[in-house]
This record gives sequence, structure tokens and C-alpha cells, in this order.
Amino acid sequence: MAIKGSIIKIAGPAVIAKGMTGARMYDIVRVGKEGLLGEIIRLDGVTAFVQVYEDTSGLYVGEPVESTGNPLTVELGPGLLFGVFDGILRPLEAVKSLKGDFIARGAVVPALDREKKWAFEPTAKAGDKVGPGDAIGWVQEFNFKHQVLIPPSVQGGEVAEIKRGEFTVTEAVCRLRDGTEVQMMHRWPVRQARPVRQRLDPREPFITGQRVLDVLFPVAMGGTAAIPGPFGSGKTITQQTLAKWGDADVIVYVGCGERGNEMTHVLDEFPELEDPRTGRPLMERTIIIANTSNMPVAAREASVYTGITLAEYWRDQGLKVAVMADSTSRWAEAMREISSRLEEMPAEEGYPSYLSSRLAAFYERAARVICLGNPERRGSITVIGAVSPPGGDFSEPVTQATLRITGTFWALDDKLASRRHFPAINWLRSYSLYTDLFKPWYRDNMPADFEELRDRAGALLQREAELQEIVQLVGPDALQDDQRMVIEAGKMLREDFLQQNAFTDDAHSPLLRSYGFLKAIIRFYDESLVALKRGMLLDEILNLKQIEEIARMKDVPKDDFAAYLETWLRRLPEAFGGKAAEPAVAGGEE
Amino acid sequence: MELTTKRYQSISYISGPLLFVEGAQDLSYGAIVNIHLPDDTVRGGQVIEVSEKKAVIQVFEETTGLDLARTSISLREDVARLGLSREIIGRRFDGLGAPIDGLPPIIPEKRLPIIGAPINPVARQRPQEFIQTGISAIDGLNTLVRGQKLPIFSGAGLPHNEIAAQIARQAKVPGGTEEFSVVFAAMGITQREAAFFIDQFESTGALARSVVFLNLADDPAIERLITPRVALTAAEYLAFELDMQVLVILTDMTNYSDALREIGAAREEIPGRRGYPGYMYTDLATIYERAGRIHGRKGSITQLPILTMPDDDITHPIADLTGYITEGQIILSRELHRVGIYPPITPLRSLSRLMNDGIGKGRTREDHGGLRDQLYSCYANGVDLRRLVAIIGEEALTDRDRLYLKFSEDFEKQFLNQGQTDRTIEETLSLAWKLLSVFPKGELKRVKQDHIDRYYFGELMEETWKEKTRV
Repeated sequence: MAIKGSIIKIAGPAVIAKGMTGARMYDIVRVGKEGLLGEIIRLDGVTAFVQVYEDTSGLYVGEPVESTGNPLTVELGPGLLFGVFDGILRPLEAVKSLKGDFIARGAVVPALDREKKWAFEPTAKAGDKVGPGDAIGWVQEFNFKHQVLIPPSVQGGEVAEIKRGEFTVTEAVCRLRDGTEVQMMHRWPVRQARPVRQRLDPREPFITGQRVLDVLFPVAMGGTAAIPGPFGSGKTITQQTLAKWGDADVIVYVGCGERGNEMTHVLDEFPELEDPRTGRPLMERTIIIANTSNMPVAAREASVYTGITLAEYWRDQGLKVAVMADSTSRWAEAMREISSRLEEMPAEEGYPSYLSSRLAAFYERAARVICLGNPERRGSITVIGAVSPPGGDFSEPVTQATLRITGTFWALDDKLASRRHFPAINWLRSYSLYTDLFKPWYRDNMPADFEELRDRAGALLQREAELQEIVQLVGPDALQDDQRMVIEAGKMLREDFLQQNAFTDDAHSPLLRSYGFLKAIIRFYDESLVALKRGMLLDEILNLKQIEEIARMKDVPKDDFAAYLETWLRRLPEAFGGKAAEPAVAGGEE
Repeated sequence: MELTTKRYQSISYISGPLLFVEGAQDLSYGAIVNIHLPDDTVRGGQVIEVSEKKAVIQVFEETTGLDLARTSISLREDVARLGLSREIIGRRFDGLGAPIDGLPPIIPEKRLPIIGAPINPVARQRPQEFIQTGISAIDGLNTLVRGQKLPIFSGAGLPHNEIAAQIARQAKVPGGTEEFSVVFAAMGITQREAAFFIDQFESTGALARSVVFLNLADDPAIERLITPRVALTAAEYLAFELDMQVLVILTDMTNYSDALREIGAAREEIPGRRGYPGYMYTDLATIYERAGRIHGRKGSITQLPILTMPDDDITHPIADLTGYITEGQIILSRELHRVGIYPPITPLRSLSRLMNDGIGKGRTREDHGGLRDQLYSCYANGVDLRRLVAIIGEEALTDRDRLYLKFSEDFEKQFLNQGQTDRTIEETLSLAWKLLSVFPKGELKRVKQDHIDRYYFGELMEETWKEKTRV
């Protein structure tokens, strides 16, 4: 029997209804005559507190509230890729054709196209025993063999009948002995993590094509990273760059309470850009959830869960998935807003006391796993969450709660950004907890001196920062020549290695190429030190054309890079050697 | 008419701008009501919370003179609306949209809800047409594009009004033929400031293409919450119904936010940072996000909100939240203002996020992007050196450092300090190349080689520099 009550109070997105006997927590309700979507977030006797995902203007006390009896679920199946959805997975294209250019209320549109037919190719046959998560066939979706899985919520059993041919997502493709029908689509509650067989250690890096991230502060495949930074420090650009170049099969981009024009940027650009690995448009591996800052706040709260649930579905296919959440602070603010409308006791800065546990629960849904079901599949979800600390103050609750959970910390720095050092990631404050776990991977995949060079680069940058402080106080003349050289090498590292222009060919730097840049700089530094000892003048070193060559290495085409670097490194000693042979220079130091 | 309207008499409580009415559950959330005073005058209000027991009404004007016994409420409209037609252009209105220029009320063609609706993200068109403001620091370094929202972060005593008026006067799309109009919304500005704007608009003829909404400092604070929404509703009508290019100037958002805080406090809400309500981000977003362009419609809304940062503090919640929503910010610097540079826009902290879409070949010029990066990097370096010189004196500098120091001086004096002149983008870019040509070519790492070949001023500098550093 349908549970039907009526509104007794309306305050912004919070609506209170009475007569909701039998309603359950987190069930979805339809509010008012227009049937606005809402979710029950507190029960008190027969009174239900509902957060409404749409604007509540014009609602009256006494209008009906009806429970659907189900929690907030999303539809999972073929047809999600290339999609743009709102926070509760309504396809925005369909909403547009239904309601026009502006988002009006009460649009009910299923996430998956009910008309479209997919060619289903079974891999299981009648008589097979199947269980939850088992693949029973596939359909072709862009570049993917999209596996049709027995939903984790289905018990399983013996296949009685399985069909081949063209079906819509709601038609049964398989029937089990006990009568259960399996369709290509199933529903899953967003607030509940999808089950896996086993969680694995994060042992390999998630390659992003960004030198500062890949070399100095890598995040693990199946790991979590936080990007906090004040406004204007490039969070969104960094997120978009990662979405473009990150080594993932599927990207779920959650624009949570962000700018409308930025979403347009993504929507405009991604269909044009090529996936560097497959050569197909990036949009074919991307799902976008766009809940901009002026869209209803409750849907913003849900959008992050919607995003991670989609990611889990793709992970269960045995794929590498990356979730970009931009920004988790807006999500936290949505929680705060709703909590305050419910008059809950606030904790720090007005945020609800469950802030950190909610954040933790979200980030913990990132993992590298052996998926549930047969045949054995391994998938991963890497979560990269942007944090927007008010005033750039990292001591605020959302940043702090996030740092306790995530494995990699990319500290964005507006001082760097204002000098147009991009990505504006502060190399002294950032860290990665994963590097030690990657040792075996580096041994197998990278040149032997990779880790040594990385550590030396880190040390050099640290030393440079210390010396810069001295320079600030007493000027560069107080430094020894070898110290001046540290400063110069630090400058090269900063300008030619750490900086990367997201709008040129340099936007994606393969790991071996990044290593090459690093090697060129460190070798140059080493040779310089030797040459200084031999008596070469610092000014002479600084006028070497090799410095400019390092700066211009970004322009070397990627295919020619390895050969170019090899020749360059081989010839490097000549640049110093020729000078050192001249006796006039010796003893000319100081 | 009056007879058929239901009156609610049982007002139980008045606090600040809020009115609590009992037994008014048949008012809808967000409804606009008339408040009838004992002396037969009428004020406006809006329902901001409604339950079986009571409705909470936010009074637009003051609550002075209201009493519990004889004041009554009646419904005016289910939601707040604004009547609109083409006639609004050239008119002046108060903060709620009633004419104050002595002319008769307009005959509306449409009545649109002022709350607006979010633009569907997939319907949005990417803003990428360059708007020339004629100000080098903006055009050259922080380019404004159609459909962008770019606030000016100012401080008390800085010339933000002059800059806003200059932009309103000079803004154009080079080569464009579309209708351009300015919607000006003032929230809590003084009579003096309002007079300045009106005078500017009148003397330059801009008033003929403007719609002006004025809520002055002595008008009720609560009205300020309505003013920007009324103005943006007008802007949306002009842009999306009449295909016009609309520039919206909102000043001063600090006064708006303070009014928001006032209401929050009156409702006894749990305050967030510095007493501002926790939902201020969402609230500001519903204003700022009403900028943009829509596929298939010719018009656009570009927003230029102005806010004064209390004590020049950019981490203050108003500036901070604004910065998170808008697509960049133009920051005015007190230091530059003090040394007499106008406009005192500090390029190092300013930013236009949509700039890269609006510049380059076919929009401004192909060398624009690289040139901007080079200017930034050289100027930033020069500014750093200045700090150093203050400590150790200029003698300690190398010749190369001196070049940077000289460049940053010239950059401020010539590039930034342009006064009221209206520069084309070509003029701005040429000036930039001229200034950069004090450096040897090898030092200009951010610009492409072929752009250096084309635009660099002469070989002379290159030679001079070689001599100097050869020791």
C-alpha cells in the first residue's frame, strides 16, 4: 500500500510531512501536486523530514507527499557513456527537450533510453549455474564490450533460457530456473557500496601525464587523492586535465556545485579531444554529472553518491575507473545547509558532526578489487576529490577531514598560480603515501635510476627553497657558486619540469618523457658542479645554450624525444669539457 | 478585488524584518503578500517559511509602524514576478522594480518570476567571444568574454565605480553589430555614488541603452535581496527574448551579503563564517550563475559584480565565496592606487578563467596567449626583485635583474596606467611587445619563436644585452 502523507512545513529545500506511517529512512518521495522528488532524511513518529531535490517555491501546506517505497537508486546498464546527467541521474538532454533551456521542476526522465535496442551476445548458455556478478553476455558500447552482469542483488541459479538478438534495456535477456528475469539494466541504491569479492592493495600508480604528479606525488590506481586550493589556483583545470589524460578506461566527472560555464567547457571540449590511448573521442569514455551551484542543493548532496555508484558499476565490468569530484566542499556545504534546516546540533563551523564519517565512507569506496562474479575480473576506482577551503585556509574542517582519509595530497598554491606556475601544485607541501608501495612497479617499468632521480629532485627543490630564503634576506651575492647552482637547478626544475601548460602539446607527458626531462636537468646540474670545481665560471655555465635547450625540450615531438635526449645527454659533457680545457679560466673564481 | 481576497489578521510576533502570522497555511512557500498597515498604507513581503501553525514573512520595507492587532496580510502573487517589455530600456526603477523616474509604469508584455530558473548545463553555450573593454589590464591580461561573470574586488576608497562606468561606456564586441545594453543594479550604494553613475550614463549617452535599478543606502536592507534578482530577470528578458548583448553591473555585493546576514540573524539561523549564513554560497550562486549564453539564442548576459572587501581581506567570506563561483576576478590594488596609477588593477592577482577561450587567432591575435604569460612572468620577477632591492640595495643586482626592474616600472607606468583612454586590443598588444623588447630574445621563453620574429622590436636590444653580460 502506498504511503501517503501531507506537508505540514516548508522551509527552503526541507519539507516536513505528517501521516507517513511506515515510511523508511532514505526512501524517495514525491512531494506536492507537481511530484517534486525528495528523500526522507529523518523520521519522527509519523512525521517525515524530507530533503527536496527541486526548488520548493509555490508549494502549499497540505499538499500530498507520497513515498515510492524505494531508496534513491540509479539505473545501471548500457547507454550511460557520453551522457550528461544531473545529481540524481536525470539525463539533461532529455530534460532540455522536455522542459526547455531552463531547468523546470517535476521532470521525470529515466537515465537510460527505453527505446534504444542493443545487440546482445550471450556468453552463458542454458543450464549454466550463475551467481551474483557473473557475466552472462555483452553488448557493444562504443569501444567497450559492455558486460551484462547478474545484478549483485539477485541470488543466482541455473539459467533456464538466454536469448540472442536486439533488446531494449528493460527487456529480459535471460531467465533463471526460479523464474527471475535478468535485463540489461538494473537499479542500485546510491548510498550503498556495491559488493566485491576481494579488495587488493594499491600497487601501481595511476598515470596522469602530469610530471609533477606522476614523478613526485603519484596516486595509486584504486587510491584517493585530494586537491585542496583557494579559488583561482587551478583545481578545476587540474581535475579536467586528469579527466583528459588520466590512465583510466572510464571517467566519471562529478561537477558538484560548480560553475555552469565550466561544465560547458567540458561538454564542448571532450567530444573533440582524442583519448591518447584509443584515438576515440574522450566523451565516449566519460560520464558527466553536472549539478551546478545554482541547481537544487539536495541534488548536489546526492550527486557525489550517484557518481561513485556509476563508477562501481564500471569497475564491476573489470575496468579502471577514475572519479573526479569537483568539489567535495560544495557537497559538504550541501550537507551543512540541509542539516541546519533540520535544526541539527552543529559541530565545527556549522558542519554536521557526521561530516568526517560521510567523507570517509565516500573515499573508502575507491579501491582496486577482484570483482564479484565470474569470469574473474579486476577493476579499480581512483577518486580524486577537489576541496575548496574558504579563504585558502587548510585548517578548515572539510580539508582536514579529507586529509585524514586520502593517500595523496596535492596542495594547490595561489601564489604559484598568480605567477602562472601551472599546475600550481606546491612541491614542498604535497605528499604521496603510496610511493613505497610502487617500488616493485618502478623496478619493472622504469629505468633503474628513476627513484634516485626523483628523490634528488625533491631534495634539490627543498634545498633551493632554503637558499631562496637566504637570498631574500641578504641577496644572491652572499651565496657560494655551488649554492647559486642549486638555485639555478631549482629554477630549471620549477620552470621546465614542474610547470606544464595544459593548453599545448605538452599537456600530456608520458612517464618516460617526464623522466627524460628530469634526467636532463639533474645531469646538467651534476656536470655543472664538476665544472665549477674545475674552475669554470658560473656565468659561463649560465650562458650555456644547453639551458635554453632544456627549456625548449617540450617542443621536441614525442616520437623523436628518446633519440633526441640520448644524443643530448651524450653531448652534454662536451659543453663543459671544451671550456675547462682553457687554462685562462682556471682560478678565475669569485 | 479587495473583497474577494482573504485577509490574515493573527500576527503573533514581529522581529526585525520578520513577521509571524498564525493560521496562514494556505499561503504558498515563496508567495508575495501585501501587508496592510493600520494607517491604510501597504507594504510588500515574502513567505520564507510556512507550516501548519504559522507562516514567516520577510517584510521588504521596514517593520516600523506594524502592530500585532490591526496589521493584516493578503496574498498578492504566488511567486514574486517582474513585468517586462522593451520599454524598460532607458528607465530607472527602485530596488523592487517600480519606476522612480517620474514616468508612468510600463505596460508589461510578460511577467516573469524573479527567482529565475537554472540554465540547463547542456543548453549553455561556451562563452568565447571577446569583449573589448578598452582597458589594457583587462583586455590584454584578463580578457572578458561574452557570458562570463567577472567580479571586481575592490576596497573602500578605491576607484571601482570609475572603472565600472568606464567599462559600461567602452565595452564593445569589435566588429559586432548586435544591440548592446547595460543593466545596472545598485544595492545599498550612497546617493553620491548613484549620482555619479547616473551622471556618467547620461553624459556619455549610455543611459539610452541602460536599465537602472536603484536600492540606495537608506532604502530598506531587505529590498537588497530582491534587487539583483529583479535586475537579472530584466537582463534575461533582454538577452534571451530580445536577443541583446547585456552587461549587468551589480554593485555592491557586500551590501547584498550583509542584508542576507541580517535576515539569517533575524530567523535565528545557525551562522557560518563571520555570522554569514551557511547557505550563502548557494544563494550567491543563484545570482552569479544567471550569466551565460544559450545555444540557439543570440543574446548573452555578462556580469560584472563589484564588491568591496572589508579591510581589503580577500579571504573574507563574501570575496571568498564569490571567487569560488565567478569565472575569475579583477583585483584593485591599494599600492598601485597610491602611486597614482589608474586603473589600479593588479595583474598578478587578477584572473579571467575564460580568457583562453576568448583569445588567440581569429578572436584577438595569435600571439596573445604567449604574450600574456610572458608579461606575467617578467612582471612577477620584477616585483620580487623590488622587494630584494628594498633590503640589499640596487647595487647588488645583476644586469639581468636590472632589466626586470626597469621593465616592471615601465609596465606599470605605461601599460597599466592608461587613465580614461580607450585602447583597442591591437594597441594593447603592441604596447606589450614594445615593453618586452627591453629583454633579449633568449629571455622570452614563454612566447613562440615565430611570434618573436614577427613582433619583437628591433635587434638593437639583443646586441646591447650581449655586451653587458659578456663581463
